[in-house]
Amino acid sequence: MRTVCVVGVGMGKWGEIWRMSLRDLHTQAALSAIEAAGVDHLDSLYVGCMSGGLFVGQEHLASLLTDYMGMRGLAATRVESACASGGMAVRSAFIEVASGMSDIVMASGVEKMTDVDGDDATYALATAADQEYEVFHGATFPGLYAMMAVAHMEKYGTTRDMLSAVAVKNHNNGSMNPVAQYPFKISMEQVAKSVMVADPLHILDCSPITDGAAAVILASEEVAKKLGKPYIKITGTAIGTDTIQLAQRDDLTTIKAATIASGKALEMAGKKIDDIQFAEVHDCFTIAEIMVAESIGKYKPGKAGEAFLAGESALDGSFPINSSGGLKSKGHPVGATGVAQVVEVYKQLTGQAESGRQIPGSPKVAMTQNMGGSGGSSVVHVMEVA
Amino acid sequence: MTMFSSRNWREYPHRYRTEASKFKKSGKTYIPKRLVDPETGDTEQETVRLPETGKVLTHTIIRIAPSQWGDKAPYALAIIELTDGTRLMAQMTDVEMDDVKVGMEVRLEFRRVQSEGSHGVISYGYKAVPKWY
Amino acid sequence: MAAGIVGYGAHLPRHRIKVEEIAKVWGADAPSYKKGLMLREKSVPPPDMDTITLSVEAARRALIRSGGVDAADIGAIYIGSESHPYAVKPSGTTVAEAIGATPDIHCADFEFACKAGSEAMYVALSHVKAGEMKYALAIAADTSQGAPSDALEFSAAAGAGAFIMGTENLVAEIQHTHSYMTDMPDFWRREHEFYPQHGGRFTGEEAYFAHTKGASNAILKKSGMKPSDFAYAIFHQPNGKFPQRVALELGFTQEQIDPGWLAPTLGNTYSGASPIGLTATLDVAKPGDMIFMCSYGSGAGSDSFIWKVTERIDEVRDMTVRTRKLLEENLTYIDYGTYAKFRHKIIKNK
Repeated sequence: MRTVCVVGVGMGKWGEIWRMSLRDLHTQAALSAIEAAGVDHLDSLYVGCMSGGLFVGQEHLASLLTDYMGMRGLAATRVESACASGGMAVRSAFIEVASGMSDIVMASGVEKMTDVDGDDATYALATAADQEYEVFHGATFPGLYAMMAVAHMEKYGTTRDMLSAVAVKNHNNGSMNPVAQYPFKISMEQVAKSVMVADPLHILDCSPITDGAAAVILASEEVAKKLGKPYIKITGTAIGTDTIQLAQRDDLTTIKAATIASGKALEMAGKKIDDIQFAEVHDCFTIAEIMVAESIGKYKPGKAGEAFLAGESALDGSFPINSSGGLKSKGHPVGATGVAQVVEVYKQLTGQAESGRQIPGSPKVAMTQNMGGSGGSSVVHVMEVA
Repeated sequence: MTMFSSRNWREYPHRYRTEASKFKKSGKTYIPKRLVDPETGDTEQETVRLPETGKVLTHTIIRIAPSQWGDKAPYALAIIELTDGTRLMAQMTDVEMDDVKVGMEVRLEFRRVQSEGSHGVISYGYKAVPKWY
Repeated sequence: MAAGIVGYGAHLPRHRIKVEEIAKVWGADAPSYKKGLMLREKSVPPPDMDTITLSVEAARRALIRSGGVDAADIGAIYIGSESHPYAVKPSGTTVAEAIGATPDIHCADFEFACKAGSEAMYVALSHVKAGEMKYALAIAADTSQGAPSDALEFSAAAGAGAFIMGTENLVAEIQHTHSYMTDMPDFWRREHEFYPQHGGRFTGEEAYFAHTKGASNAILKKSGMKPSDFAYAIFHQPNGKFPQRVALELGFTQEQIDPGWLAPTLGNTYSGASPIGLTATLDVAKPGDMIFMCSYGSGAGSDSFIWKVTERIDEVRDMTVRTRKLLEENLTYIDYGTYAKFRHKIIKNK
């Protein structure tokens, strides 16, 4: 298997982007990644998108998007695994380069979510849950994570403050990210007093509805060297899956798919979790960041919340999480999220994070963890400086 | 939405009668029925009907619901462990939102779960009510 | 051949609204309604409850009290109601599916104002008596609506009673039946109309009283029995007052009607009324007791029944919840706003 490198990344501004369509959002991110990498062609494209069909009535995206990128004829594949679609696209691109089949492959992700109203967006997102045995009974995504939060609070005494601390920290980081949807700081009090969505989760515990795209270009190390631009290596990649039906999980307080994926990715990279110096994780809800930090083995079950309150996950903490602002502040255009996590790690490892957001101490090893649904799928990547 | 009635109809055994798969090797029971035991790969099974009582493992109150739920929100949703150990998700009904607690004993009742406005099909199934007798 | 009830059950919503709460909204005089109707409150079905769901729960309880009847052996399900959830699509098949009685079964939904339930009981009994089938399930259920501010709004309520009829292992054996009908325009609801219309005071003497007395006197004559031969009596109860008056006028006593006289706190469960009253009466009856029952449905007619309670009653009554417990415990009182929302009385224009 060949070494695979990230040689360039691209992202436009995320948010309610009324003047841009799904195809425009994608084209903007894709072209900026191509420009950043300085590649003159692509061998293929993997695009992650959760639900072009329900959000904008558009499927058959891979061909549409290559056309609008000015690359008719390019081999292109759409990848879907709910909110983990982007991370899955990165992994697919990785495999194609690692196998030696291609030298330069783009992994991108896109979601245009604001063309439907809130009810319909909730419905579209809920298709990632079990339609007949969760959604049928009235489940929503905030509801599923809320039930995990209640179980976690019940078992470990996790508190409102621990949840709020995740949102406050991520908004602080996001306030320094120029592409973030909500680049402003919030207080613990604001989180606790914001409107309740699904008890105990308030609106400020939830990631927003976002339009956005992100793209990364993966290449063999040989190509990376020739390009002469900063690059990083992907040394571990793995997928974990689990039942998407929450009721059928033995333990509601842990995300098994993330445990499987991180274990395998670390093994592939020859690393231990303590070798990881920072991470971008899937904080679709504040409770998710706590559960993921525990599920990937960084913290013992029930211990992440306290550590977060103590500041360990802050930019200057011992294990910074979501320096980008996370899904919470940066936004969560579901198909693009997993790709944007790689964008952030690339920026951090190559020292290009925007002013104030750069993690001190020139870290060398990082992890991304992208999650589908309530944890039915998870994809983890381990990345290192070249 | 014309296919909704067939999708719902297919689930009647589970929704109307809580029919579940009980696998021979593991002794584990799953609703809805499935062909393969996810833990052992076993395919030898019998169809059983689940007990009607159990307790709340975790819960939430859905305050913002998708469009088809319209004015039904807020409503309580729970994961329930039935007395035989089988788990399922169900809406709670006939209950004050604040009264729903982990460990609360519940009974499954036959209720309307969804309906396509006043013109479409009515989807019936189980909901959980606090066990009081 | 002996025939009768093998298992019985009831189901009621837990929600109640008081007469005062309705009267307050319409500027009506609550004390005079309470006195005139002899009714203090009524049951209200929440939005996820309807005639089918009430029927399923009542039928499940009847199965429990049947002491092991296999639902697959039930040859017919008849549901009497004036509030079937669908105008076209049977309620019976859903109930059959839910209790596991499909597909070798005969289902029909009956409609005869408030008499549809006893009609289902009458037909179910006839089938088992004739040996057509081993068991037949009769269900009497309604979630009735009275037009806002109409006198009916104070009483229109919800509930269900279910009876598995058979020829063996009986809890109550049928002794006699009699039906008495004429064409009577006292109460009706036209196709596509939401609320029923009624003839006001015309629903009394010539309608309710003439028919209940007609069916009662005929069955007493047929059986050669007199009111004092009965332990209990149940009459259709559109309110608290009518059944009490007809009972006393026929020579029954307050003590005889008390166990099945539910309307004062339940309201009028329409098709369910006298059948649910029968379930509450069976809950307290002793082996050998004779029970008199007479329904009434506008349009109009009454079915009367004479039941003889068997030894088995002591064994089955507490196999599941008693009807009085459903009536009196675990209640939640709602305000008119909640009631209006539950009963779809708010126009949303969307």
